[in-house]
Amino acid sequence: MSEATESIRQSPGAAAGWYEFATKHRAGIAALAILIFPLVMPFTALAVNILIYGLYALGFNLVFGYLGLLSFGHAALLGTGAYLCGIAIVHFAWPWYAAIAAGVFGGLLIALLIGVIAIRTRGIYFAMVTMALSQCVYYLFYQAVDWTGGENGLRGINIRTIDLFGLQIDFLEPIVRYYVIAAFVIAAFFVMSRILASPFGAVIEAVRENEMRARASGYDVILTRLLTFVLSGGFCGLAGALQALHLSIVPIEILHYETSGLVVMIALLGGMGTFFGPMIGAAVFLVLENLVSVWTVHWQLIVGAIFIACVLFFPAGIWGTLIARGRR
Amino acid sequence: MAGLSFDLIALQLFAGLALGAIYVLFAIGLSLIFGMLTVVNFAHGAFYMVGAYVGLYLISLGGNFWLCLVAVPLLIGLFGMAVERVLIRPLYGRGIDYPLLLTFGLSYVMVECVRIAFGKTGYPFDTPEVLQGAVNIGVGYFPLYRLFVIGATAAVLLALWLFLEKTSFGLIIRAGARDPQIVRVLGVDVSRVWLIVFGIGTAIAGFAGLLAAPLQGVIPEMGGTILAEAFVVTVVGGMGSIGGAVLAGLLVGVVVSMTSLFAPEMAKVSIFALMAIVLIVRPQGFFGRAGLLS
Repeated sequence: MSEATESIRQSPGAAAGWYEFATKHRAGIAALAILIFPLVMPFTALAVNILIYGLYALGFNLVFGYLGLLSFGHAALLGTGAYLCGIAIVHFAWPWYAAIAAGVFGGLLIALLIGVIAIRTRGIYFAMVTMALSQCVYYLFYQAVDWTGGENGLRGINIRTIDLFGLQIDFLEPIVRYYVIAAFVIAAFFVMSRILASPFGAVIEAVRENEMRARASGYDVILTRLLTFVLSGGFCGLAGALQALHLSIVPIEILHYETSGLVVMIALLGGMGTFFGPMIGAAVFLVLENLVSVWTVHWQLIVGAIFIACVLFFPAGIWGTLIARGRR
Repeated sequence: MAGLSFDLIALQLFAGLALGAIYVLFAIGLSLIFGMLTVVNFAHGAFYMVGAYVGLYLISLGGNFWLCLVAVPLLIGLFGMAVERVLIRPLYGRGIDYPLLLTFGLSYVMVECVRIAFGKTGYPFDTPEVLQGAVNIGVGYFPLYRLFVIGATAAVLLALWLFLEKTSFGLIIRAGARDPQIVRVLGVDVSRVWLIVFGIGTAIAGFAGLLAAPLQGVIPEMGGTILAEAFVVTVVGGMGSIGGAVLAGLLVGVVVSMTSLFAPEMAKVSIFALMAIVLIVRPQGFFGRAGLLS
């Protein structure tokens, strides 16, 4: 699965100037794109959704694209983040920023729990085990009705104004909401960029490319995998927390295995193992879903068919294909 | 715990075996396809669901249940072969992730097509008249239909075993699972073997869906839940091992049934706890080949 992956260390061709530039300043470019993004979208709620799913896919892609493990259980990471953020507000009346921290912690924690069991397996086993464990998380949250609202979802995560250094900001105003969430997403992009550019980021890719050689070079492959999975949980937990604040409720569907599948689709559509791929995939996917669902209620049919076509004819995804062109 | 007699526990054990029989049928198809084609069929649940719906449709046309038991596996098997030929075959040699993702997308399409054809809400599926009622099995009265499910599963297993062990085509299949290259060198058309194996696997999935229909009714989402649970069965039993699928399927059925007797709220979670324990003790499952994991 490495054909589509971005490798910074490869010597660029003559026409690759823009690609090199984009790689060097990727966090900045992402920030700029996110800042002007709502101006080009038909409505802000869609833009917020794209940010959140883009962040979710960014976290997923760390495991899928960079580490090379296909996880089918990321809904558990997103959902636990959302539930912990929601529970912190609904049951403990925590301030919004502490609730977001609770969500990130939830993502990290559940990723650690799932990771410890699943990380020794690989390939299809990893996909199956993560999916099964995430179903387990689904049932646990489903059963804990007092805490999670069970089938009805967790309601009442109402944030009207947020207090920022003494400033009262109206969180109900869509554009304000967008930029508050955007600030977190941009920060996440920056952190992700730092992780990938760090020596640890190089180890992650080394484990994907040649596990044997990575082990021979003295790296602890299992620990690298586990740590990467836990980090991914942090990003997805943040996405879940932001989702909870954005929707004001946490539906139980967030833990459904289709939410895990959705992020695989998004990452594949955008281009796995590329920095911008997940966000582009999320944008294309959600805009597409939006257009198709206006036209027919059976949008899943169209989406599924497009997904099949992607796997068959377009495995590098949108951004992955562009990169392959740019490098040449 | 005063109300728990030996008879009740024994009856619950039988109920677990009947539930386990459905898991076994579902998981052997999954395992057969994986063992042979190294394809994890994420659409297996969709084939199972379509099997139940085809049965429902045939009965609404005036067919009876016994006819369905023959027609449904045939139709789903042919459909599975068409899917293998058109969608999965181009992906061979491109790693295991691509077929997995493709079948995942396919399950979306299949579920949505069924929703378009039959609507989003479920249907009840009547137990065939001769199989209604209960029989005394020594420890108490047990639903006849559940006994039938156990018997039908045993029959399918026996037929599959005879086919794989006693026919020359079964020999080719077993050889193809070991080393497709050598089989190809010997002049066997391996892609035809894979086509037929995928057809058999999906046919059994459709059969399982039909058997499950009178127990739980028919809804478009019925394949999704059992898929996750069947993954547990295949992981516990060992990926690609048919014997492992049988043993683990029955074990999972009994575990679910027993926990729903003693701690109903933990019934769904118990499956996954079982998997976690097995994975920690024996990562490759009961009969799995270690090479697939490490």
